[in-house]
Amino acid sequence: MTGSVTSDAGFEGSEEFRGTGSYLTNPSLEAAVRCALVLKKPLLVRGEPGTGKTLLAEAIAEAEGLDLITWNVKSTTRAQDGLYHYDTVQRLYDSRFGDRNVSDIRDYIHMGPVGRAFQSNERVVLLIDEVDKADIEFPNDLLHELDRMRFTVAETGDVVAAEHRPIVVITSNAEKELPDAFLRRCIFHFIDFPDRELMRRIVEVHHRGLDDRLLDQALEVFYRIRGLERLRKKPSTSELVDWISMLLARRETTVELSPELADLGTLLKKEQDLEVFADYASGRSTRPRIR
Amino acid sequence: MFNSFLYRLRDLDVPVGVGEALTLASALSHGLHEQTLDGFYYTARATLIHHEGHLDAFDQAFLAEFKGIEFDAGDLTEELQKWLDDAADEFGERDCADDDSQDFTEFLNDEELAELRRKFEERMAEQTERHDGGNYWIGSQGTSQFGHSGKAKQGISTKSSGGGRAALHAADARHYRGYRSDVALDIRQFEVALRRLRAFVREGAEDELDISATIDATAANAGDIEIVVRPPSKPNTHVILMIDVGGSMFPYSQLMSQLFSATKKATHFKDLRTYYFHNMIYGKVYETDRFSEPIWIHDLMRQCGSHYKLIIVGDAYMAPYELWHSSALSASDDSRVTGIEWLQILSHHFRQSAWLNPEPQNRWRGSTIEQIAEAIEMYPMTVDGLTEAMTKLNRGSTARR
Repeated sequence: MTGSVTSDAGFEGSEEFRGTGSYLTNPSLEAAVRCALVLKKPLLVRGEPGTGKTLLAEAIAEAEGLDLITWNVKSTTRAQDGLYHYDTVQRLYDSRFGDRNVSDIRDYIHMGPVGRAFQSNERVVLLIDEVDKADIEFPNDLLHELDRMRFTVAETGDVVAAEHRPIVVITSNAEKELPDAFLRRCIFHFIDFPDRELMRRIVEVHHRGLDDRLLDQALEVFYRIRGLERLRKKPSTSELVDWISMLLARRETTVELSPELADLGTLLKKEQDLEVFADYASGRSTRPRIR
Repeated sequence: MFNSFLYRLRDLDVPVGVGEALTLASALSHGLHEQTLDGFYYTARATLIHHEGHLDAFDQAFLAEFKGIEFDAGDLTEELQKWLDDAADEFGERDCADDDSQDFTEFLNDEELAELRRKFEERMAEQTERHDGGNYWIGSQGTSQFGHSGKAKQGISTKSSGGGRAALHAADARHYRGYRSDVALDIRQFEVALRRLRAFVREGAEDELDISATIDATAANAGDIEIVVRPPSKPNTHVILMIDVGGSMFPYSQLMSQLFSATKKATHFKDLRTYYFHNMIYGKVYETDRFSEPIWIHDLMRQCGSHYKLIIVGDAYMAPYELWHSSALSASDDSRVTGIEWLQILSHHFRQSAWLNPEPQNRWRGSTIEQIAEAIEMYPMTVDGLTEAMTKLNRGSTARR
């Protein structure tokens, strides 16, 4: 993938993204990031838990040498929270007890993450983390602001507009559906579940000096279990790491797939999944899908 | 090539429209594909696809479009290379860089849009002609007009490295097959409809500041701060869902699982109970779809007050005698109650109830459906019908404070 990229879009920075020292990337991800940067659209990153969605925003910020502003979305988060917050209570309090001048509402308007990203004097990376956690209409409520990169503070009539368009990275678990109108405006990237090689390196970060043979066997078992199609909740990276911790604590030197697999509960957390596994391990079930 | 690829995607039910096409065109005009097929693969995927459920279809379409284009000593065919090279010029004329933050179609005026559509159609026509020629021009049948027809070279050679190979290889692996989830696509519509059942009540510890009450109290107190707190608002909707899993419901199993996922995900219900029945409700419903763990309707009505909203889902289609078939009233009382009477008992007990029917509405007349609809209000199980039913279920029920 060489070749020069010409940009006549008045683009402000580098549109090359090649990952950073600690963040490994691939052509697919690079292309998605480049599209998002050049076309100035938000980058929507989806993938299973533990695939490094959040780290991607940090990596982009690091690679571009920009500050990162993170907005962690929770189930109670409203779109308004990201823009600004008018602290009425503080103003009420100050009007009674404080010696501050309360006549200027602006003193009590606090910018949220989106507001701060718009106001910043230089370009920043804005990470909207786990957008699917919030209310089902939440992404729609942000459409306008992310499109226009501006919003109005209702209390003062001030317009907050981004002088330097932030790079917006949005992450979502693959669990909830996002509205179409929102999806249409984003560049989409799906982070694959790590393959065996990558997983080996990830595990080695957590368990240094792990016996190669045990790791091989553990990975074999892990990917076979993940391959079971009927699982409701597939084990992910963190489950694998926990499971290997348990194996080490028991001083196991070998492990193989069997109906009496030790510490299965660290890998499979749902009762139905344990049944599926029992069926499979005792040879009663459909064949697994090997990736 | 560009357009036939897009239409291929559409044929595979991937929702790509003018908006996506323009985004991709804009990306190509910026040279983001770096004049390689690999680059095109990743760029197109990032701009055209919005859901991992469509990635597999994308790979399929990509393969169908580009596999079999032979590599000559590791190079792409001249034609394809030229097309990739020219993509920047071709789309460059429509430079959307000034204001591409919004949906492209929004700022194209009608004429431009018409022009764009015309171009699309023109190119489609062009494409058809080539197909009519009898040679599957991008296929690997060996008679491609591009002259790379040696059978030995078909498929993807892995001997030398060249442009486009990696992309085809990736597409060929059909890596995303596992993520196809045709079921999931409409769950959102159900979720939105179910949200109409929201109702909230304030209860629990008083830990939320009531600003307007505080201001009122402070003003009444001659400006001396008087803080008023209130309990936080919590969801207060109680729902009972009864699902028919009888044999005649089999064609609707996908629809059922969508509805089921949507209700399970709904976080705005204080209590959601799901029960199953077979064809018609007689005396008991079951907690599992395998008809184990029965619960008597009478016990259910004792546990759940009339404020529960009852939603029955079923095709209401059965042999007429099933309506009049009778069963025991309860475990201890053996007086006989017919199927239709059970429905009346239920709709009498629960203030708000609705029956959702996946059977198309034009087939309702003249069958048991009509009789059941008289006992319980019936709505078609479409997004509209569901919305209507939810609105009705919520009527007259205001959150108590």
